[in-house]
Amino acid sequence: MKLPEKTLRQLLFEMMRIRQIQLAIESRYLENEMKTPVHLCIGQEAVAVGVCANLKKYDYINSTHRGHGHYLAKGGDLRALIAELYGREAGCSKGRGGSMHLADTTIGHYGSSSIVGGGIPIGTGMGLAIKMQKKNKVSVIFFGDGAADEGVLYESINFAVLKKLPVIFILENNQYSVCSKVSARQAGDNIFHAMPAGLLMTKKVNGNNVLDVYNASLKAVARARTGHGPSFIECLTYRIRGHAGCEVQDVPGYRPVGEIERWKTLCPIAAFRKKLLTNKMITLNEIKKMEKKIDKQIEDAFAFARTAPPPKPETLPLYLFRE
Amino acid sequence: MTWSKTKQKIIEPAFSNNEGAEGKRILCYDEAIREALQLALSRDKRVFVMGQGVDDPDGMFGATRNLHLEFGPERVFDTPLAEGAMMGVAIGAALAGMRPVYFHNRPDFLLLAMDQLVNHAAKWSYMFGGAAFVPLVVWACIGRGWGSAAQHSQALQGLFMHIPGLKLVMPGTCHDAKGLMLAAIADQNPVLILDHRFNFNYKGMVPPEAYTVPIGKGVIRRKGRDVTIVAVSHLVIDACHAAQEAAAYGVEAEVIDPRTLRPLDEEIILNSVAKTGRLIIADCGWKTGGITAEIGAMVAEKGFTYLKAPIKRIACPDLPTPAACNLDEACSIGRDNIKKALLELTR
Ligand SMILES: Cc1ncc(C[n+]2csc(CCOP(=O)(O)OP(=O)(O)O)c2C)c(N)n1
Ligand SMILES: [Mg+2]
Repeated sequence: MKLPEKTLRQLLFEMMRIRQIQLAIESRYLENEMKTPVHLCIGQEAVAVGVCANLKKYDYINSTHRGHGHYLAKGGDLRALIAELYGREAGCSKGRGGSMHLADTTIGHYGSSSIVGGGIPIGTGMGLAIKMQKKNKVSVIFFGDGAADEGVLYESINFAVLKKLPVIFILENNQYSVCSKVSARQAGDNIFHAMPAGLLMTKKVNGNNVLDVYNASLKAVARARTGHGPSFIECLTYRIRGHAGCEVQDVPGYRPVGEIERWKTLCPIAAFRKKLLTNKMITLNEIKKMEKKIDKQIEDAFAFARTAPPPKPETLPLYLFRE
Repeated sequence: MTWSKTKQKIIEPAFSNNEGAEGKRILCYDEAIREALQLALSRDKRVFVMGQGVDDPDGMFGATRNLHLEFGPERVFDTPLAEGAMMGVAIGAALAGMRPVYFHNRPDFLLLAMDQLVNHAAKWSYMFGGAAFVPLVVWACIGRGWGSAAQHSQALQGLFMHIPGLKLVMPGTCHDAKGLMLAAIADQNPVLILDHRFNFNYKGMVPPEAYTVPIGKGVIRRKGRDVTIVAVSHLVIDACHAAQEAAAYGVEAEVIDPRTLRPLDEEIILNSVAKTGRLIIADCGWKTGGITAEIGAMVAEKGFTYLKAPIKRIACPDLPTPAACNLDEACSIGRDNIKKALLELTR
């Protein structure tokens, strides 16, 4: 399907933005001012961007410990993200959540769980609410290959199919859970194949190709919005950085030699950028301008976050219950 | 993970019960656990080690490092992220004659296995009149700090202490980390070992041979006449330091390390309170319905007449852990809280 140039440029911009923000976090991480375990999504930008480009502001997303990209692609506030990493009151979770626990209800992001698989049934339940309320929303659930080990995924999918819920399960298969390769945990390439095909729409796509992700989720969203029930999309991608922290903090010795380098050459952003340049849908100059614009946003967000005050000690007991 | 890697290892204080340990072999905390596993794996074919990341280069904070190379991937293996099912698998293997040691990174993740652990492992011997039993060791490590926040820093010992049929062990020294692991593996019942990440900052005296530390026996870490401190896990060392500092004010505190919370060595605590008449209980779990509540109730029930002052409890405030470091620090407890309580109680 032919997409308008504007959309294509927007997809590139969003991916570049997430990448530059991740790199900016990484480059400042060893200053030890962001005292929170950051799980970077460098190399996986196409998944968040390709999916979220099909969503409306009011649609729901459910994210994970590796959630910066989902939050940003859905339209989460950058200042509030960075402030959260610095443990500030102005953070999106008021400094209580840290990097793994982001939320922005104004964009349909009701909070990410750092318990692997924890968000899957919750996103399913949001789909149930949508259906009961007869709303025209969809509920998208992002989760990793590690979460696909958990029984709760299969239980949730069963329920979503049973009730024909407007839920889209997005498996972001970056091939690792911490240091553990998918093949050490799954009996063959069966995450996708274990899905009850015929009962829901299932697709396996190249998660490093933003258009593949976009097109698959476009169909899934259309199905969900028209009452045709859930979909499951596996996006094959790769975690370029270590499980957590910045590049130099990765544990050596658990990945085959050359694997990271090979996947770096499959960078979702470089590939898409090249494609747009070749087809003359964008110029180098325009890309430079985008980079500058993003850098400015980043500078602003970090300046804001660094000087923002931490939560006041007397606020410690707040928010345990809704008053 | 990177932020949890400990820097310089600190030597444990000279406890009153390991005087004369000079010249004995010193091991780090992770090495002590690892040595216990190594001994168990080589002496008993039924023993195996499982858990997410036990064969990582980091090897579960070092406690399982390279054991898979030494004993092979059949006996030391990574698992899918399927805590509920894997706990059941471990129970099944135990019922059928094996001795699984199942490692979990954090107690938070154990909650996914609660059904198998509480409804099954802890019930099996009793429910079938002793016909079958579950010799299973489950290990998890409490950690907090660096914005780990609400879902990655829970100290859930109070929850587990509540379960009849489950033994609960919390070592406080390198020596005991090894001896209690070997005792847990030898035990015929489900034993949960909860360690604290801070314990991995220490090194201490660890004999090279196989030995066990009895489950259900506490130990006096420091003798004193004025106040009894019952401190759990890493707080044992904090309590010893606090007691040392309070000694400068003329306060002599006795520090008790219960080592096992279930069964609890009530006698050692009651005997001490009978002598001192004052009690401080320090535990990093939540206060309400937690370890300090249970031990406090036990002493109020069985040692009321010994008490000269109300019991003082030092525990985590009843709140999820906040990420922001200033809030996080405001609810962590340690040496200073214990010292303050000591001085208040003896003023
Ligand atoms: C239930 C549970 N088990 C284990 C963990 C520890 N843990 C945190 S992130 C992670 C890796 C999860 O892998 P995956 O779902 O593929 O996500 P990725 O990190 O690759 O984005 C693990 C094992 C956890 N947080 N929750
Ligand atoms: Mg993964």
